[in-house]
Amino acid sequence: MTQNAAPALEAFVARAAGQGAALAETGLPTRRVEAWRYTPLRSIADTAWQKAMPLPTEAATALLDRLVLPETGARVVYGNGQLLDALSALPEAVRQASENVSPLKGVFSATLNTALGERGLDIRVPAGTDAGLLTLVSLSDGQDISTHLQHRIVLEDGASLTLYDVSAGEGRYIANPRFDIVVGKGATLRHVKVQRESLTATHLAVVSADVAEKGEYDSFTLNQGSSLARHEAVVTLGAPHAMAHVNGVQIVDGQRLNDLTSMIHHAAPDGSSRQTVKTVLSDAGQGVFQGKILVDRVAQKTDGYQMNQALLLSEKAQINSKPELEIYADDVKCSHGATVGALDDEQLFYLRSRGIAEADARDMLVRAFLIDALDLVSDEGLRDLLLRSMTS
Amino acid sequence: MPAVTETRETVEKLAKSSYEWGFETDIEMDIAPKGLNEETVRLISERKGEPQWMLDWRLKAFRAWLEMEEPTWAHIHHPPIDYQDAHYFAQPKKKPGPKSLDEVDPELLKTYAKLGIPLHEQALLAGVEGAEERLPVAVDAVFDSVSVATTFRKTLAEAGVIFCPISDAIREHPELVQKYLGTVVPVADNFFAALNSAVFTDGSFVYIPEGVRCPMELSTYFRINARNTGQFERTLIIAEDRATVSYLEGCTAPQRDENQLHAAVVELVAMEDASIKYSTVQNWYPGDDEGRGGIYNFVTKRGICRGARSKISWTQVETGSAITWKYPSCVLAGEGSVGEFYSVAVTNNHQQADTGTKMIHLAPNTRSTIIAKTISAGHSDSTYRGLVRMQPKARNARNFTQCDSLLIGDQCGAHTVPYIESRNMTARVEHEATTSKISEDQLFYCRSRGLSEEDAVGLIVNGFCREVLKELPMEFAVEAQKLLQISLEGSVG
Repeated sequence: MTQNAAPALEAFVARAAGQGAALAETGLPTRRVEAWRYTPLRSIADTAWQKAMPLPTEAATALLDRLVLPETGARVVYGNGQLLDALSALPEAVRQASENVSPLKGVFSATLNTALGERGLDIRVPAGTDAGLLTLVSLSDGQDISTHLQHRIVLEDGASLTLYDVSAGEGRYIANPRFDIVVGKGATLRHVKVQRESLTATHLAVVSADVAEKGEYDSFTLNQGSSLARHEAVVTLGAPHAMAHVNGVQIVDGQRLNDLTSMIHHAAPDGSSRQTVKTVLSDAGQGVFQGKILVDRVAQKTDGYQMNQALLLSEKAQINSKPELEIYADDVKCSHGATVGALDDEQLFYLRSRGIAEADARDMLVRAFLIDALDLVSDEGLRDLLLRSMTS
Repeated sequence: MPAVTETRETVEKLAKSSYEWGFETDIEMDIAPKGLNEETVRLISERKGEPQWMLDWRLKAFRAWLEMEEPTWAHIHHPPIDYQDAHYFAQPKKKPGPKSLDEVDPELLKTYAKLGIPLHEQALLAGVEGAEERLPVAVDAVFDSVSVATTFRKTLAEAGVIFCPISDAIREHPELVQKYLGTVVPVADNFFAALNSAVFTDGSFVYIPEGVRCPMELSTYFRINARNTGQFERTLIIAEDRATVSYLEGCTAPQRDENQLHAAVVELVAMEDASIKYSTVQNWYPGDDEGRGGIYNFVTKRGICRGARSKISWTQVETGSAITWKYPSCVLAGEGSVGEFYSVAVTNNHQQADTGTKMIHLAPNTRSTIIAKTISAGHSDSTYRGLVRMQPKARNARNFTQCDSLLIGDQCGAHTVPYIESRNMTARVEHEATTSKISEDQLFYCRSRGLSEEDAVGLIVNGFCREVLKELPMEFAVEAQKLLQISLEGSVG
């Protein structure tokens, strides 16, 4: 870790939480820190960030109206880091808990969250219960403010939950949510995330998920907003036959940078993991994908697959991709693939020759490119919602 | 179970004799005192009778090195290296001007004979049986950093090719050396390259003039022979417009207990329509079964395709060394130039390899291909680490990368760390990687046809590496296949 002068940010941490030490220890990572080589945090270093003021219900409602949200299921809304009671209700089957988020070492976004954490969702789905759909909306509105919600979600054995997790807002802010997820034996958590923050915001999310025997963490992330966004997932398959899906789509335009970083840790035998990440880049957009699969010596019979593809639609767009395999077990089947390129001229020509306008033809091809990843969202309703959200 | 006992005995026997090229030759050496400081650099330069500009160049590198830190990003572990606890200069004592073989120390010739280096013309010609059309191979034999005998210089000179120890080139062709040395790998490029620039003692220099196809394959055999001598080779190859050359580098080293540091630098320059093929078989002492001893191999190899349509191709078979840290790279600066990297890296026992390539596409229509095969056995760790970068001007550039890892045994590791960076929408990059173990079905098939387990593994591994081995010049391909088998001995059963 490299020390770096980030006086404003560090002073803010020290003032707000009296825990500046945690951040001062690691410092704000520079590009010389391997995990951040493609994602510079300079833009947040010099702002005198403030704790956010509570968000009035009317302001929250106005923001909610602009979002594409599920019409069924339960909904919980946070505004500037505070629960908005008037707009929130938990699913009936879910129990409120009071547990602390477990620490996550060596991940900057988690360190920042620990220093400034605000209590978020803290729920437990009882054994054998299907809690249905829960929509979690995190709204931010303000200038130079930051929120650091800490969510803890525990699925007991055989439980299931679908979490539709939306972040959005107005203004210039840091949204730094942390999800601490425990998936019990045979339990399933479907986590669909939509990141549509303000285009001047910084989004630094980190999800850690521990999956027990035959449990499943099935996630999909749409990264489409923010000036700079990283969604980081750390999934540990700690017992036999555990399973993880860490899929995603990134749509980046303007001068923005979106980053999807993941670490899938196979720590027990017979686990499987699947990852498909697609990035579409236009204007001077920058895309980052860093995906690591780590297979411990004990994790024999691991089946790991990872695919990441990027489509560059403009001269100034750029992609940085680092798919990584670290394997210590011999009886495994692990593979990854990566492609980078532009739209296929021949495909374009084919569509044009059938009388389809150039712009429409391009749209069709981009959509076709993304559909592989979108199709991995098993819930049809949510898939439609994602498509609508992408084009809204 | 007599069969099992027999297998075990065979394996044990093999493990004991596994490094068949481990021997030491007793020759009088001229050794500099241990330690590294400006005086050491001056001494090396003085002993080699170098001009002032060369000394200045070395000192610049040395001062840069002092400011640099040893890199730690590679997936390797070793005790700290004490750079002061090594000799930086060792030279076989020789009478002035051993221009013919008769004058060469007979002990040295015996060493070459043991290595099977065909130094004589007849041996060279007989080297490849049945290949009538094949041209002979020129050997610039490097014995502990100093080229002692060079053959075929005359034939090469007639073609206008310069192939000589780099220390001779510094004296005889200073204008060429000055023009190109350090242009591909700058003195302060990285920690080990800076160290090499400061203290390199010898290496090869090749210059192929415009339009010349080098009449024979050039070959340098490297040996590390004296105790506690670091090996710092420096190789510079220049192919002018439309020139073509194939260069072979092969290594074997005697068995010893102490770790030895090796930090070589190879620079290639290809001008318009030129082509350089650089092949390596690296089989330095890997340490014993417990991981004691072995060579630390920190190498910087880089080529630049300066001219349009030029081509640089790296092929390597890495079976030796305790630690391999090596990333032969291509900078594709000429329009339509081509870079290739074919690699087999085998690690066994406690070996560690972190190797790969960089393909930097600067110009339009450039193409690169990367095929990397990694085989890990025993307690070893092997990493492919590579970078493909498409710069904004790399219109219609292409890259294809394939990395396959094979694991033999459950105590080893195989890792893949590719970096893909693209700044041009018309550039296309494709990367694929797989990791698996030797297929039980294939093993069973071979065993059912009466092959021993070792032979079966050897056969499968050779098949796994075929795409790379076929890129090697014929003389090397045979040696490489044998090496793969020897390297993996004791890894099954």
